[in-house]
Amino acid sequence: MLDLLIILIKIIALTFCVVLPLVPVSVFFERRFCAIIQDRVGPNRVGIPLTLFGFKKDCSILGIGGLVQPVADGIKLFLKEDFTPKHVRKAFYWLAPALTVAPALITACVIPFGSDISLFGYTEKLVIANIDIGPLFIFSVASLTVYGIAIAGWASNSKFPFLGGIRSTAQMISYEIALGLSIIPVLLYFGELNLSTIVQQQAEHGWLLLPLWGHDATHTLVSKLLFWFPAVVSFLIFTISIFAETNRMPFDLPECETELVGGYHTEYSSMKFAMFFMGEYAAMVIGSALIVTIFLGGWSLGFGTDVWISQLRIGDFGYGGFIHLAIFLAKVVAFILFFILVRWTIPRFRYDQLMKLGWVIFFEAALINVFLAALIVAAPDLTAAITAIGAVLLIIVTATIIWVARVSEVKPPILRA
Amino acid sequence: MPSYLFWLFSIVMLGGGVAVIALRNPVSSALAVVTCFIGLAGLFVGLSAFFVGVIQILVYTGAVMVLFIFIIMLLDLKAGAKRAKPVVPIVAALTLAIAFIAQLAGVLSHTPDTAAPALDPAALAQASSELVDAGTIAATGKIATALNAGSLPDVHLIGRALFTDYNLPLQIIGVLLLVATVGAVTLSKKTQE
Repeated sequence: MLDLLIILIKIIALTFCVVLPLVPVSVFFERRFCAIIQDRVGPNRVGIPLTLFGFKKDCSILGIGGLVQPVADGIKLFLKEDFTPKHVRKAFYWLAPALTVAPALITACVIPFGSDISLFGYTEKLVIANIDIGPLFIFSVASLTVYGIAIAGWASNSKFPFLGGIRSTAQMISYEIALGLSIIPVLLYFGELNLSTIVQQQAEHGWLLLPLWGHDATHTLVSKLLFWFPAVVSFLIFTISIFAETNRMPFDLPECETELVGGYHTEYSSMKFAMFFMGEYAAMVIGSALIVTIFLGGWSLGFGTDVWISQLRIGDFGYGGFIHLAIFLAKVVAFILFFILVRWTIPRFRYDQLMKLGWVIFFEAALINVFLAALIVAAPDLTAAITAIGAVLLIIVTATIIWVARVSEVKPPILRA
Repeated sequence: MPSYLFWLFSIVMLGGGVAVIALRNPVSSALAVVTCFIGLAGLFVGLSAFFVGVIQILVYTGAVMVLFIFIIMLLDLKAGAKRAKPVVPIVAALTLAIAFIAQLAGVLSHTPDTAAPALDPAALAQASSELVDAGTIAATGKIATALNAGSLPDVHLIGRALFTDYNLPLQIIGVLLLVATVGAVTLSKKTQE
């Protein structure tokens, strides 16, 4: 019974009080940040309207005007007319928005938000479900998001949404391959699929992209630095694929305004439209959290300080986990800002460029990266000769793949009779 | 797995399965298959086979069925027309179905009605020591540690089996799939004028 209660508290606290509020917060960041980039001011006025209740001044939270803007946006969307066009397929039309939001929130359950918290002698991990297949679980549940978008496009029963849905389906299937392949080197390195353990290892022996502390016999500096190169390649492919998976700029072909009106959500209004919006941002939050967890040390502060933080306690209450939670959130917000920066600086790809990037460049690069990482991870256990043979084979394979990719570029001349 | 979860996932799965053939609209049928697969994945997870359950969703729901729906939408299939129902095939099918149900009931009546047992740490530790004695895993390796700690490292165990005992069949299947892919590409490419 107590176990169930703890799980329920964790779900409510972490999903609904940590991840869900990050969605409106990132909308606010998006609007302010893009305003800065475009040399505007952005929404900076909305506060709590105390003047309505007879006070002298309106109140702005933390002195930052506009922080309440997402609430105002939400109220606006709630109060708009929820219009269902006559020509849509009703059941699917209603189902689709839910199908885009729900998976993104479900995936939050395997992300480790912080280290352990102890209270009254109980020790609890700050993760809802500490299962041994973390990344796979996230991929599998996130792959359900595509149904929401595809069905939205199809159920709207008009041309532009349909094209948007088709584009999105093709895009997500293509980039899932790169996403899955790019993470394999990381899993080889850690030998683990449990995200909590992965973060714990990074806290002890250095983040994957910053392996500068915690050297010992099994985690030597040389081996970590050798692995740094495949890790960076993985990181790049993974991050860009997450951009494509979340339908963010520069890969927002499914909803690109100049070609498809609004893409798959053209026919939606009011809260149903808002749910697609939320789904996109929730996917972005989870994507950032996943990248931070795998490549940037998750909740760890680094440089060997984590043991000290996790031992912090007031009497019976070990509050180190909450500090780690704050560090994790700071990293995630930083990464969300990076997402936004990219959205407002890089122009949209053409559709064939998008497909080519996914299938011709990322797929091959991720594949070669897997072999390279395997060689580096296995090298200490192999004899020098076998390692050398492996390296030569790897170079041959790489050269062949590059050659094939280049040859397939050349279009044969059209024969005419 | 608590038995109420078993019943929940079974009902989801069976409901999905029935809906596949009961619904006329192809997209509805495809979505019913998805529901069925998710229920099945839940059952796998309930049997502590996390990896199989997740792969079930990742491969079948996330990839295969998405392609199915993709194709259905592209072809823009209409709901199947209702055909006249001849009596003889219906009677034959009903007889067959009743025969199978009777057989199933016969089997189930002999099966004790117990919930699936939880993982037993003692059994896991024993399995670990047996595997170590047989020389298949190292005594200090990840698998042995996890087994002794009372958890089932299913990903590690499946990986070990695939890449040691079944390495050759795995590679043959890999080549087979590659050939199939290349064949599909060759067949679907338009011939030049």
